[in-house]
Amino acid sequence: MAAVVAVENLNPKVLKCEYAVRGEIVIHAQRLQQQLQTQPGSLPFDEILYCNIGNPQSLGQQPVTFFREVLALCDHPCLLEKEETKSLFSADAISRAKKILASIPGRATGAYSHSQGIKGLRDAIAAGIASRDGFPANADDIFLTDGASPGVHMMMQLLIRNEKDGILVPIPQYPLYSASIALHGGALVPYYLDESTGWGLEISDLKKQLEDARSKGIDVRALVVINPGNPTGQVLAEDNQRDIVKFCKNEGLVLLADEVYQENIYVDNKKFNSFKKIARSVGYGEEDLPLVSFQSVSKGYYGECGKRGGYMEITGFSAPVREQIYKIASVNLCSNITGQILASLVMNPPKAGDESYASYKAERDGILQSLARRAKALEDAFNNLEGFTCNKAEGAMYLFPQIHLPPKAIEAAKAAKKAPDAFYALRLLESTGIVVVPGSGFGQVPGTWHIRCTILPQEDKIPAVITRFKAFHEAFMAEYRD
Amino acid sequence: MARKPLDYEELNENVKKVQYAVRGELYLRASELQKEGKKIIFTNVGNPHALGQKPLTFPRQVVALCQAPFLLDDPNVGLMFPADAIARAKHYLALAPGGLGAYSDSRGIPGVRKEVAEFIERRDGYPSDPELIYLTDGASKGVMQMLNALIRNERDGILVPVPQYPLYSAAISLFGGSLVPYYLEEEANWGLDFVNIRQSVAEARSRGITVRAMVIINPGNPTGQCLSEANIKELLQFCYQENLALLADEVYQQNIYQDQRPFISARKVLFDMGPPLSREVQLVSFHTVSKGYWGECGQRGGYFEMTNLPPKTVDEIYKVASIALSPNVPGQIFMGVMVNPPKPGDISYPKFVTESKAILESLRRRARMMTDGFNSCRNVVCNFTEGAMYSFPQIRLPPRAIEAAKRAGKAPDVFYCLKLLEATGISTVPGSGFGQKEGGVPPEDDHPSCGGRLPGHHV
Repeated sequence: MAAVVAVENLNPKVLKCEYAVRGEIVIHAQRLQQQLQTQPGSLPFDEILYCNIGNPQSLGQQPVTFFREVLALCDHPCLLEKEETKSLFSADAISRAKKILASIPGRATGAYSHSQGIKGLRDAIAAGIASRDGFPANADDIFLTDGASPGVHMMMQLLIRNEKDGILVPIPQYPLYSASIALHGGALVPYYLDESTGWGLEISDLKKQLEDARSKGIDVRALVVINPGNPTGQVLAEDNQRDIVKFCKNEGLVLLADEVYQENIYVDNKKFNSFKKIARSVGYGEEDLPLVSFQSVSKGYYGECGKRGGYMEITGFSAPVREQIYKIASVNLCSNITGQILASLVMNPPKAGDESYASYKAERDGILQSLARRAKALEDAFNNLEGFTCNKAEGAMYLFPQIHLPPKAIEAAKAAKKAPDAFYALRLLESTGIVVVPGSGFGQVPGTWHIRCTILPQEDKIPAVITRFKAFHEAFMAEYRD
Repeated sequence: MARKPLDYEELNENVKKVQYAVRGELYLRASELQKEGKKIIFTNVGNPHALGQKPLTFPRQVVALCQAPFLLDDPNVGLMFPADAIARAKHYLALAPGGLGAYSDSRGIPGVRKEVAEFIERRDGYPSDPELIYLTDGASKGVMQMLNALIRNERDGILVPVPQYPLYSAAISLFGGSLVPYYLEEEANWGLDFVNIRQSVAEARSRGITVRAMVIINPGNPTGQCLSEANIKELLQFCYQENLALLADEVYQQNIYQDQRPFISARKVLFDMGPPLSREVQLVSFHTVSKGYWGECGQRGGYFEMTNLPPKTVDEIYKVASIALSPNVPGQIFMGVMVNPPKPGDISYPKFVTESKAILESLRRRARMMTDGFNSCRNVVCNFTEGAMYSFPQIRLPPRAIEAAKRAGKAPDVFYCLKLLEATGISTVPGSGFGQKEGGVPPEDDHPSCGGRLPGHHV
């Protein structure tokens, strides 16, 4: 009896999609990790170092104390009635928790909320957006989601009707976009970021790709921009952003602005500008540009990946369309409440004058400055490796060096039936325990090879990581050099 | 300028086709009235804490400690939290490197999945493999993942009970598949009618539909009926003969209000039946922390367990799960505590038992009250709520009411529910939201304090 649910008869869109961040190499790493547990000493390294995924707290980054205080009090509100609580929690965490609980109907943190998220929390987020941008934001435009990713899926679902609907996506990109487009049966229309100019975005290339796609009968519906970039780390210049906004308006595209790394900026000559702020500042109102802006609690200095908190801010959409978005959100009832609370804290952290401000600021600055130092240390280390060229990480959490491999290595990769970067990454893993993601997982100019490595191992581990990597690389090149 | 991509006309048709009445027209009208200051009782969705049910103390203590591990370092923590909550928090923090703030394994924390497997083994008497248990942000996400994997095109059909929880119809719409209905028999206490089921399948096949899976909701939503062991055996035989996968939504397994038909899992019955069925029938079972006596809807904690799925299929399901990175970690901890609650001898055990019993006994009383309340209304017939959280009475409206509804451009049950809402503030869901036989007009309601008001309005 043929099994119903066999690979041959699964949804082909499921079969087609890929997600390298937790793909083949990571699965192999997990097997090696188990081997280290059952047979210690059987491998040339003591531990697996996961540099494949932007998961800061798994590598020792500490959560922001104020945020956890508020969350714990909201999880177990009985604490607010106990005398001892005053000596264990800061006064402003207590008052924030009380304020949040008062905004939740029945103070019931265990209840399904409004499908867009708790109104009081959305008000706080809207206020935070307005304060960040200098332009007003509306709580009704905000949809709280289990991380930013479900919001991206919702928009792809809405926009993609069939395989002729295209979405412009940067190459290299965070592979949620390619996976989501594949899952929803659409067409990915690539536009290439320019490695030689620090991963610059050229409007002329955007226009060329758009026209190319249209000439092939693709109805291009939206433009994805990731700013700061993942895996590329570049922070867009303001005039670049203005050009993008005008391009979308002129071409009738929805702008999908992935801004989850907005708090991760490591260079003094660049700052984060939200696309909403840019659009409003060039005089574009709601009627001019449909824009969806995504934010998350997983990145920044808070790194709360496991909470699955995030939101999308939707502007420039008609009421009937907003109803459809609401409807889709309602099928899942609501996002998790802890994540919602955290999103409101991230967009409204302690301010100067608050009791917790000094310690909050110290934690925040400490983490961001450390990330900046690690980004530089690893960038320099990669640039010192033979055949490696690495652009600066202006922001985000990753380095994406290009690896120029000798012909013999490329041959060996072919013989092993692997892409050269996957071959390199596998050898790196097996020699050092360091897990990176091959560039093919993100897209790259054909014929070029890259790896994506996070900057997240704790600072005191970085020298050892560099040493091990260097030793491996020198041995690899010695093996395959002409 | 031509049509814009996000103009209504340019949206994905599958999205436009979706209906989810639980938070649809009635709910939106109720929310409007609430904003205007009217007191509204929301009985449209199984959301116990929103209606005053208190969370169980122990899991909240555990999660609060995991959320703020600095508390564990404080010498006074023993004054604020019982020792077993402290120990359990440390247990979960040890299982989750990086604590609550790190993405876990995309399938969920291995140690928690092991606790789920152990729970299943205790419940059913058969071993369960943690590798085949995936934690999800609520059971709904798991249902969506499985349906997405199953539905290739509009010719793929899924057998769904009518009435059903409209997640199934919504998901099938979204994924572009075909819903193949099978009608539960209201006169037989919402029982299964295999003649009808076979007819539905034959009819669908004659239209070129490939029926791929069957959904059962046990205990039923909105109907509340509990399936007997014989029922489930027959279902499994049917799936085996017809080559269907079985999707067993068992989220209400803790909500049983009668003693004749205790909960028995589809998996247990499958294994009791032995080979060849026990090795062949493909089964996916769903559970959650949102229902039962826990009611922790807002945490979004759930799991699905796969039985007899080929490894390559499991790999594909893993791949899709990995795109979402991981289910939320606090929800996973709630799941761990739910399947592995305080035991006799634990400090928190007496309080945990008292709290749980109180909730379940109250639900049982309310199930009786609501059924009796509805049955005392003229022209209302209501089956007893054997399980779950809902009453699904049938209301036989007089012809004049049906006329009035038509003039107002509304289905009769929507018309009735809107009138009920305006008069009493009770927000329900019209039966059309769940599917019903033509001509029946049952609304859904789950709160006891309005049992008294309902008959008054009805007259």
